[in-house]
Amino acid sequence: MIKNASEIASAGTSEGGQELQLRADMSAKAVLRESGAVLRMSESQVASLADTRSEDQTMIINMGPQHPSTHGVLRLMLELKGETVLRCKPVIGYLHTGMEKTGESLTYMQGGTNVTRMDYASPLNNELVFSMATEKLLGIDGDIPERAVWIRMMLSELNRISSHLLFMATNGMDIGAVSMMLYGFREREEVLRFFQKVTGLRMNHNFIRPGGVAADLPAGWRDDVLGLLDALPERLAEYEILMTGQPIWRERLQGVGVITRDEAIALSATGPILRSTGLAWDLRRDLPYLHYDEVEFDVIVGSYGDAFDRYSIRLNEIRESMRIVRQILDRMPQGDYRIQDKKVTPPPRGRIDESMEALIHHFKIFTEGFKVPEGEAYVAIESPRGEIGCYIASDGSSTPYRMHVRAPSFVNIQSMPLMMHGGLIADAVAVISSVDPVLGEVDR
Amino acid sequence: MTQTAGATADDVRFVAKADYLKTLTALRIEGFEMCADLTAVDFLTHPGRPLTAEVASRITLERFELVVNLLSLSQRRRVRLRVQISESDTSIDSAFDLYPGTEAMEREVYDMFGITFNGHPDLTRILMPEDWIGFPLRKDYSQGNIPVQFKGAAS
Repeated sequence: MIKNASEIASAGTSEGGQELQLRADMSAKAVLRESGAVLRMSESQVASLADTRSEDQTMIINMGPQHPSTHGVLRLMLELKGETVLRCKPVIGYLHTGMEKTGESLTYMQGGTNVTRMDYASPLNNELVFSMATEKLLGIDGDIPERAVWIRMMLSELNRISSHLLFMATNGMDIGAVSMMLYGFREREEVLRFFQKVTGLRMNHNFIRPGGVAADLPAGWRDDVLGLLDALPERLAEYEILMTGQPIWRERLQGVGVITRDEAIALSATGPILRSTGLAWDLRRDLPYLHYDEVEFDVIVGSYGDAFDRYSIRLNEIRESMRIVRQILDRMPQGDYRIQDKKVTPPPRGRIDESMEALIHHFKIFTEGFKVPEGEAYVAIESPRGEIGCYIASDGSSTPYRMHVRAPSFVNIQSMPLMMHGGLIADAVAVISSVDPVLGEVDR
Repeated sequence: MTQTAGATADDVRFVAKADYLKTLTALRIEGFEMCADLTAVDFLTHPGRPLTAEVASRITLERFELVVNLLSLSQRRRVRLRVQISESDTSIDSAFDLYPGTEAMEREVYDMFGITFNGHPDLTRILMPEDWIGFPLRKDYSQGNIPVQFKGAAS
């Protein structure tokens, strides 16, 4: 129900003057003003008013949080002069649900379900970094079975492929190549179908857990992966025809959102943004984790630091990831898929029927969790968006005392104002898209 | 078969609050070009922490701890600084002038812990609403104690 002005004031809402008043409560003058002051003006009157506006006036507009090209609920406050962006301030927090606080009350066993929902486009990388931080605190980071490590690597690379395919789709849509959106989602779905077969879920898998992975790969997994690897190159070649060589695509992206190497380093930008400036920095190669030092791949770099470079880097990183996955297929060893440390790993299902101790042990691991020695650890890996880090401080109990995730999107968003400065507002969309932020991870 | 290159112990340094900026400047010159991460921990309910004798002799543990992860791209190594911040004086110098990338991270720490950064260009809440009262990641801020308000609902 619409209230009158005095009631609104007493209600103490922040809307103030934006609230609608009842016609009956308004003065005649106010009604006249509202019912179209502009429409009742003659054209000469309008022209005379237009003259009073100075040419160098700027205006501040809000883009988002509901704008379709802001990748979720990102709000940008833009100061515009005409169509040129003078300043930009990203406003975030619309998806903030306190996941770091939640993480403090979940055991290390449950923590995976929490972190996997942060960057929902690359959930397996989130689980991986959380598991690695936990393992580092437990001191078992060198004892993870070989098969588990290679499974982790394969899933991480496939997740990079699916995440970059999602970027191809959304980037295409933002720039206006709507058919690209369908193609990108189509290919991504193929990868997600494989994830569903392995983990049971398309997203939010909670598959990589402290101590290894939740289950062994299903029968026929090798054929599925080979099927993916055989189908993708053709599709990527189609993308090249559809976008890379296309003059409109180049016009929209080349020279847009330029950032230099020094600026990117100063702003702590990582991932494709840093690599687009020509700096070959990839944690998989420079500070290797898992077995990335045993596989061959190239770090893709750009040379101009613009949106086109970032697009090309991601496209070619899909190819490099496929190269890595092929090598993993050749080297996948047999053996355990999780550590046989009884402290971390619950007893197998079969043992529970035979042994009372196993039943108690199983129950305790899933209710109380396992205790992690006092200490703190920071582990960082290369997610599709850049460096994702996990900092855990433990007080010796079975839940983290503090769990912090260094989210690449949260940090990378800081470089947006710099990239947008002096560009057109239409290019702002291209800039947001080329940063590829996932707002679930930004706000956590 | 090491899983992480950093399987050897991390390079962790305890820094006195007064020396914070000085240390950062020195590390920057030493080749740590990037501030990868900046966060904080509230040790209200767990005041003790394992310390070496050398650290314990010069550092007094306080309620808050600022944790700064620096990264050297040229030397491919990391260093972690731990700075103690007392409950009575929760302000510390901002690293913004040295590492502009800490802008959002310091705002997040302010938002979540109420630690203020002197010299930060825009120290406002970043994730919580501007008029929010309290600092959610502090240990005396319990989960789920906020009554949810619905605007315009019949009371």
